[in-house]
Amino acid sequence: MNYQILFDVKEVLVALTYLVSAIFFVLGIKNLSKPKTAPRGNMLGATGMLLAFITAFIDFGIVIDVQGEAVLMQFQYWYILVIAIGLGAITGVWAALGVKMTGMPQMVAIFNGFGGGASLLVAGVYFGFELARSATLDLPMLVATVLSGLIGAVTFSGSFIAYGKLQGIRLVPDKPVTFTGDLALKFLLLIGLLVLGGIMVNTPDTTLWYWIIVVGGLVLGILLVIGIGGADMPVVISLLNSYSGLAAAATGFVLGNIVLIIAGSLVGASGIILTTIMCKAMNRSLRNVLFGGFGGAKTSSTGDDIYEGKITATSAEEIAMILESAQRVAIVPGYGMAVARAATPVRLLTEALEKNGVEVVFGIHPVAGRMPGHMNVLLAEENIPYDKLLDLDSINPTFPQTDVVIVLGANDVVNPLAREKDSEIAGMPILDVDKARTCVVIKRSLSPGFAGIPNPLFANENTLMYFGDGKSTMEDLIKAYKEL
Amino acid sequence: MTIIYLITIFAMAVFLGFELITKVPATLHTPLMSGSNAISGITIVGAVGVLLTQLSTGDVGILPFILGAIALFFATVNVVGGFVVSHRMLDKFRGRK
Repeated sequence: MNYQILFDVKEVLVALTYLVSAIFFVLGIKNLSKPKTAPRGNMLGATGMLLAFITAFIDFGIVIDVQGEAVLMQFQYWYILVIAIGLGAITGVWAALGVKMTGMPQMVAIFNGFGGGASLLVAGVYFGFELARSATLDLPMLVATVLSGLIGAVTFSGSFIAYGKLQGIRLVPDKPVTFTGDLALKFLLLIGLLVLGGIMVNTPDTTLWYWIIVVGGLVLGILLVIGIGGADMPVVISLLNSYSGLAAAATGFVLGNIVLIIAGSLVGASGIILTTIMCKAMNRSLRNVLFGGFGGAKTSSTGDDIYEGKITATSAEEIAMILESAQRVAIVPGYGMAVARAATPVRLLTEALEKNGVEVVFGIHPVAGRMPGHMNVLLAEENIPYDKLLDLDSINPTFPQTDVVIVLGANDVVNPLAREKDSEIAGMPILDVDKARTCVVIKRSLSPGFAGIPNPLFANENTLMYFGDGKSTMEDLIKAYKEL
Repeated sequence: MTIIYLITIFAMAVFLGFELITKVPATLHTPLMSGSNAISGITIVGAVGVLLTQLSTGDVGILPFILGAIALFFATVNVVGGFVVSHRMLDKFRGRK
């Protein structure tokens, strides 16, 4: 019996089902754009993924041989698939449920890395099949294979370095690691890998080329991310997110699979937009972030001349008294709040203030924290309604009508030097906290932020410095406020 | 011809992605990133593909099969972990409102 017609029907059905999954992804991302519909968006995405996953078994599990006979997949090694999927699912759930909200950036980084790793492996294995099957290979497919291997490898190793930096693993320093000629080395490596890719496309006779490119890509990923400072991590994570999508899309070209191309390019586009937003929020170009070695490299000025005799240190009791007469309070959190795990006392203070009829809002800078939207997640975990979390443009005009601003563990994003032309952070949009009646800065010391420059805000007349650990200072403040 | 068709799909999807994501507010950037990250685990389809192709043709190579299984493991971690972690975060966002 000839199964060709049935097989053709199967092919069409599979293609249509992949299309339906792609539509689920589009709708999922669309729903993610509003807080109300976002949980549904995530579910839609997961549904699309499940559909694509099941379809893959029909797609690749039923083939016909040269005689036109239907062949079902043999089940000889099926348990290996079950083990791989089972272990993957258990690892994924365990990691996702175990991670603290403060550890979210590194979690996303590591998931990204796994995606990139999967893409490069799939493209490599498939390239091996094609080599064994036919003598002449399709040129676009070869180019896509090279790109998949290269981008996938950079994503994989880069994500692990980003993870190490964010997790605070000692082998991977938070500060940018730079050395003489590192820029030239990265550049030469990239050129070398592209040349190698050209050779592979030109004479595809062995998979060895591919795996050499992958190893080179892994080294390149390490070099690229290790040279970037911790404060620039929001940009790096966004970029790696984009790369993982592009690697998936490239693998889609290798396999000729539409759902991989659509899903991969959606993610690629999403990552690029987030990268651009992060760069804009720091008024820096992507090139400057990637190759500038900015963020802690230079600590030229200690700021003694600026701070000398102008710092007003304060106590919990004094702040509590100022808060007592306040009508409107704005809280500006930064990475320091995440490190000190001070989100809970922030919520408690907010509740205490609101009980007394004080209006409390939060000013969130786009690059506060270590990933896009990092502060929002931490505050959301404390059940602080998202309509209290204001972005730069909405909160800045309201600072002159704000009685007290509490800056908690933020530094560069409130540095008025950004308004001056010749400063290192010139032009970076900042939160105008100095325009409020009183500005309380909670910080361990006067040490500079990631930009490595002093902050004249601390020396302002209406600025009060409250030195100490974010969590214990906030707890003392709540106590003092409640005792009034 | 096929490649032109695939590139067309790619270009359209990139534009669609730009259109969809420019509208996402800053509050949701982290869940968006982890959610889209999970979607990039779509390579799971490719991983299933390279494994099943070997099983259905009966031409199983040890190394390709192991590499394929590792890819399947990686992609599953990416997909499952990504969606679960986004769900956890979005649950918080529902919060009081």
